[in-house]
Amino acid sequence: MSLKKITFNDRQIICQEEDTVLDALLRAQIDIPHACRQGVCQSCMLRSLQTAPPPAAQNGLKDVLRHQNYFLACLCYPQQDMSVSLGADSGAFATATVVGKDMLNADTLRLTLQCPDIPDYYAGQFVNLKRADGLTRSYSISNNRKQRHKLEFHIRRLAGGRFSEWAHAELAIGDSLAVSAAQGLCYYLPGRAAQSLLLIGSGSGLAPLAGIISEALDQGHTGPIHLYHGSRNMAGLYWTAEMRRLARQYPNFHYSPCVSGGEAGQGVCKGRAHELAMSALPDLKGWRIYLCGHPDMVHQAKRQAFLKGAAFQDIHADAFHIGATTPA
Amino acid sequence: MTETSATLYQQLGGEPAVNAAVDIFYRKVLADDRINRFFENVDMEKQAAKQKAFLTMAFGGPHHYTGEDMRKGHAHLVKAGLDDSHFDAVVENLAATLAELNVPQPLIDQVAAIAESTRNDVLGR
Ligand SMILES: Cc1cc2nc3c(=O)[nH]c(=O)nc-3n(C[C@H](O)[C@H](O)[C@H](O)COP(=O)(O)OP(=O)(O)OC[C@H]3O[C@@H](n4cnc5c(N)ncnc54)[C@H](O)[C@@H]3O)c2cc1C
Ligand code: HEM
Repeated sequence: MSLKKITFNDRQIICQEEDTVLDALLRAQIDIPHACRQGVCQSCMLRSLQTAPPPAAQNGLKDVLRHQNYFLACLCYPQQDMSVSLGADSGAFATATVVGKDMLNADTLRLTLQCPDIPDYYAGQFVNLKRADGLTRSYSISNNRKQRHKLEFHIRRLAGGRFSEWAHAELAIGDSLAVSAAQGLCYYLPGRAAQSLLLIGSGSGLAPLAGIISEALDQGHTGPIHLYHGSRNMAGLYWTAEMRRLARQYPNFHYSPCVSGGEAGQGVCKGRAHELAMSALPDLKGWRIYLCGHPDMVHQAKRQAFLKGAAFQDIHADAFHIGATTPA
Repeated sequence: MTETSATLYQQLGGEPAVNAAVDIFYRKVLADDRINRFFENVDMEKQAAKQKAFLTMAFGGPHHYTGEDMRKGHAHLVKAGLDDSHFDAVVENLAATLAELNVPQPLIDQVAAIAESTRNDVLGR
């Protein structure tokens, strides 16, 4: 007999030999969501906190979910003791110090934080930043993991926006901020180095994409990488020189800045980024897609990418919902 | 769930078959101007899971939906004009998906029959 111990929210229960984690939890009257009990509906998804779950329990899950040790409780016959939870563990905050503030364009601030205690993250994920009075907003990490303790963010000022106006006007070098563990599933996973990548961002949606691109290039990604960055007008674009430099340095990286309104400057396309991308690229079968920024753009581009052949599993997105309560 | 439908699910290849079919099926649905408006505002991630639920059910696989769930789940669509023509279009896309995956016609007919059995519930009659 080999009984395994399962820890769930500080409760410890025993998993009998022939039982799945779901059986064990339900037996202990811990009622987690579940339905089909066959690995189909994915409603009983849990995350293993310390150890990798048995591969068979991750059948059918998206690669980023497998990578973060998510698994299906109904398929999981534990091979060892496990500590599990429902979803991301987002409660803990680390302390960070502001070490840099500079403007990327008239409305976008690059904020740099030094955060010695940040748990490991992946380029493209976001964190929640919390001000001393508790006001909390999500911002995407724009750097790769080379300098892991130095986090960079692109914060767009919204007129009347409580956090962004404050970050632009009042937050000063040397101040501290609380930073959550990184969250989200829109990030670069090494492996499939020859896969074609399409990244579309609007406004400060460039932040996570820039992180993903530098991580991919750093990891030796060999497939073509296409970035479309869109803005309403020329004044809204930023980092064009850096991106062009990167495109000269890496022949597999292609950069298309786009403006939907006003005059398009030299080397800038006129039109909406996702529409230009979809008409320029004939077929997205086998591609990996990253979409970040305005929720309407993300919603439309997801659909279009899927209709052009990209698989569900390969479409990663973060919609920058404004005014939504902090995502869990 | 009846004996024959459980067998059908196995004959079709179970969960891997559902996974193989879901992208093809949903792509057909979204590209079909007769019905894609009903899917305009649903979140794609959630929809992917729902499409799996739909296919598993149509394949005679394990599911926990009752007729009442089907009524409730589609009531807002019926209000928005969902009728027999849309139902037929979905069944047609389903059959075309299976044909594309080289599923033999007799099995396709059984899947279509399961879908057919939900017609009155889906259309709220
Ligand atoms: C996953 C994720 C990642 C994100 N990443 C980034 C990022 O990298 N960069 C970035 O810049 N943003 C990002 N965001 C958006 C960010 O989290 C904030 O929502 C954004 O900065 C606005 O916050 P705020 O406090 O400044 O505005 P809020 O105070 O929340 O206000 C939002 C808007 O509503 C208006 N408003 C507020 N109160 C009222 C009222 N009472 N009546 C009418 N209007 C009102 C404001 O004028 C403002 O335009 C992300 C969001 C998500 C969900
Ligand atoms: C052929 C028979 C059908 C079956 C067996 C079926 C089954 C299902 C199932 C199981 C769900 C998921 C419910 C949930 O878990 O929330 C669902 C949702 C849905 N179905 Fe159907 N369906 C059928 C026909 C249709 C038709 C004809 C349409 C429209 C053309 C349709 C549109 C939808 C939509 C839009 C949703 C998502 C609802 C929402 O999230 O708002 N279905 N269906």
